[in-house]
Amino acid sequence: MSEMFIAKGDFPAIIERLMSRYRVYAPVKNGRYYDFAALKEAGAADLGFKNTRVSPKGVLYPQAERMFEYSLAKDDPEVNIVKETPKDFSPQVILGIRPCDAKGFKLDDANFCSDKFKDPWWAQRREATTLIGLACNTPSSTCFCTTVNTGPFDTTGLDAMLVDTGDGYALQVLTEKGKNVLGIVDLKPAPAQVAGKIEELKAGAEKSIPTAFDPAAIAQKETLEIFNAPFWDEIHFGCLNCGTCTFLCPTCWCFDIQDEVQEGTKGDRLRLWDSCMFSLFTFHGSGHNPRSQKVQRVRQRFMHKLKYYQDKYGTGTACVGCGRCVQACPVNIDIRQVGRILGSGCSCPA
Amino acid sequence: MNNPYLPYPVRIDSVITETEDRNLKTFKFIFLNPEDEEKFKYTAGQFAMLSVAGQGEIPIGIASSPTEKGFIKFTVNKVGRVTTFMHNMKAGDIMGVRGPCGNWYPWDILEGKNLVIIGGGFAFTTLRSSIVYMLNPENRSKYGKIDVVYGARHPGLLLYRDELAAWEARDDINMHITVDGTTDPNWKYNVGFVPAITKQKAPSAENSYAIICGPPVMIKFTLPVLTELGFPPERIISSLEMRMKCGIGICGRCNLGTEYVCKDGPVFTLEKLSKLPNEY
Ligand SMILES: Cc1cc2nc3c(=O)[nH]c(=O)nc-3n(C[C@H](O)[C@H](O)[C@H](O)COP(=O)(O)OP(=O)(O)OC[C@H]3O[C@@H](n4cnc5c(N)ncnc54)[C@H](O)[C@@H]3O)c2cc1C
Ligand code: SF4
Ligand code: SF4
Ligand code: FES
Repeated sequence: MSEMFIAKGDFPAIIERLMSRYRVYAPVKNGRYYDFAALKEAGAADLGFKNTRVSPKGVLYPQAERMFEYSLAKDDPEVNIVKETPKDFSPQVILGIRPCDAKGFKLDDANFCSDKFKDPWWAQRREATTLIGLACNTPSSTCFCTTVNTGPFDTTGLDAMLVDTGDGYALQVLTEKGKNVLGIVDLKPAPAQVAGKIEELKAGAEKSIPTAFDPAAIAQKETLEIFNAPFWDEIHFGCLNCGTCTFLCPTCWCFDIQDEVQEGTKGDRLRLWDSCMFSLFTFHGSGHNPRSQKVQRVRQRFMHKLKYYQDKYGTGTACVGCGRCVQACPVNIDIRQVGRILGSGCSCPA
Repeated sequence: MNNPYLPYPVRIDSVITETEDRNLKTFKFIFLNPEDEEKFKYTAGQFAMLSVAGQGEIPIGIASSPTEKGFIKFTVNKVGRVTTFMHNMKAGDIMGVRGPCGNWYPWDILEGKNLVIIGGGFAFTTLRSSIVYMLNPENRSKYGKIDVVYGARHPGLLLYRDELAAWEARDDINMHITVDGTTDPNWKYNVGFVPAITKQKAPSAENSYAIICGPPVMIKFTLPVLTELGFPPERIISSLEMRMKCGIGICGRCNLGTEYVCKDGPVFTLEKLSKLPNEY
C-alpha cells in the first residue's frame, strides 16, 4: 500500500492526534528498561528503544484480569451467581510494536481462538487494537527472528509499519484497519529516495542476524525421540524455574484462574499469568504431579515452543526470536542453543 | 459474544453421602434457568467445570447419563479447597456448572460391539453415566454383551450401591463387583484386586472394546491382563486426569504434547497415548 513520511519534528503532533481518538500504547522508558504503557502525554513515547523488557502481550491479555464478579451476601437474591464484569474494549493503538511481537500475536490467536472456543476478552481486545509497528534497523545480538519465520522488517502481523530513516519515519499502511486509524492524521507522501533507503536498512538489518537453528529439522524429528532424549539433563541443569522466560515471552499465554474475596461479601474470579516452569502448574489435589521434576518442566517449555506448536498448527515454531528469554535468564539458558540441540539431536557444542 | 468461561447457575437439589468414609458425596443439580439444560447437552464420558463463587472451579466427570432428564449429577471426592467447601454445602445452595467439556467415549464406534468396563475407586463416575446410558431401553440393543468389573478397597467404599445391586439382578449386564478385602460375612460378591478378577472372569476380546478408569496402579496391572486376553491398544480406552483450569484448551496447563486433555481428551485409546509424551 501507500508509503508516507513523517518528519521527526511532526511526530509528537501525530501521536497527539491519535491520542485524541484512541488509547495509545507506546514504549516508555522505565528506569533501565522500556515498557509499553498507555500514553498520558505524547512526549513520553520513546522510539529510541531496542525492545521492551516485557512483551506487549499484556495490552491484550493483562497479567491480572478480572473475569467475573459475584456477591456472597446471604440476603442478596443473586448470591453466588457468577456474572460478567464490565470491560472497556474501546479502540486502541500499539505504536512502536516490533515486527516479532506483532507476529507473536498471530501465533497467540491460534491458541485463544480455536474453531471450537473463542476467548472473548482476547478476541475483543485484538479486534479493537491497531498495530503500528516499528521496523528494527539495528537488531540486538540476541535477536534471531529470521530463524523463526519473521524478521526485522516483517509486516505480517502489522497494520502499519514505521521505518526510522534518520530525519523521519517512512510509514507503510498495510491493512484496512491501519488505513482507518491513520486516516485521521495528516500525512505527506514519502520523498522518492525513501524506498531505496528502506531496502538498504532492511538488507543491513537482516544481514546482521545470524541463523540460529533449523526449525524444519525439529519439525521432522519424532516427538518421542526428542522427548526421551538424554540431552534434557544437560539443558535443564542450571534452570532455577524462576519463570522469567515465560513471563517475558510474547507467545506464553498460560494462565491460572483464582477466586478472590473482598470484605467477605463480594468476590472476583481472576485470571493471572502462570508458567509451566512452576511445579504447582500441574500439581493434582491428590499430591500426584506429572511434572514434578525440574527437567520435565524445562522440557515442556522448549518442546512447546519449538516442537508441539509446530506439530499442532504446521505454521512454524511458537517462538518469534525476540530474544527476551536469552537476555533475561539469570543462568544464561539460551533457546537458540536448545534449538540447535533439538534439530541435531546432539548436545555437542555448536 | 458467547463466553465459554461463564458458568450456568445451578441449585443443589440433593447431597448424598456415598461412602462410609464420607469422602465421596453425590451432588444433584438443577439448572436455575431451564433453557441452560438444553445448552448443556452432554454425552457419557464428558466432564464439567463446577464453580463455587469465592472458592474456584474444578473439573468433575459427569456421573448422570444424558438419558436422565431434569438434573445433572456429580460425585465429588474431598481433596482440597473447592471439594472440601462443596462437602459442606447443602440442598438449596447456589453454585455454577460450565461445559460440558472434553470428548466422550466413542459411542458411534462402540455400536454393535461388546463392552468390558473396568473401574476402580471413585473413577467410576463417568462409567456409571455410560452404564445407565447403555441400559436405557432405547440404547441397549445397540451394544452387545456388557461386562463390568468394579472394585473398591472394601464394601463401604463402593459408589452407587443401590444401583449396583439393581444391575446385579439384571440379565443384560454381567456385573463383577469386587473388594480388596472385607470382614463382612454376608459379602456376596468377589474378593480380590481388579486385575486378578478381570483375569479370572476373562471377558472375551472378540468384537470387544475395554473402557478402563481408575487409580494408576490398577490401570498399570490391568493393562497386561487385557493384552493377554487379546485386546489390542486401539480397543482399550481410558480417561485421564490432569490439573485443569480453563477446561477448553486455552490456559495451557493440561497438555500431553500437542493434545490438551481438557479439550482433545480426557478420553484416549491406549494406542493414541502410546504416541504422546508419557506425562500424566
Ligand atoms: C477430567 C477430570 C474428571 C474428574 N472427575 C472427578 C470426579 O468425578 N470426582 C472427583 O472427585 N474428582 C474428579 N476429578 C479430580 C478433581 O478435579 C480434583 O480432585 C479437584 O480439582 C481438586 O480440587 P480442590 O480444589 O479440592 O483441590 P486443591 O488441591 O485445593 O486444588 C486447587 C485447584 O487445582 C486444580 N486441581 C487440583 N487437583 C486436580 C486434579 N486432580 N484434576 C484437575 N484439577 C485439579 C483445580 O483447579 C483446583 O481447584 C477429575 C479430574 C479431571 C481432570
Ligand atoms: S529464565 Fe532461565 S532460569 Fe528462569 S525459568 Fe527460564 S530458563 Fe529457567
Ligand atoms: S512455554 Fe510453558 S508457559 Fe509458555 S505457553 Fe508453553 S506451556 Fe505455557
Ligand atoms: S485446562 Fe486449560 S488447557 Fe486444559
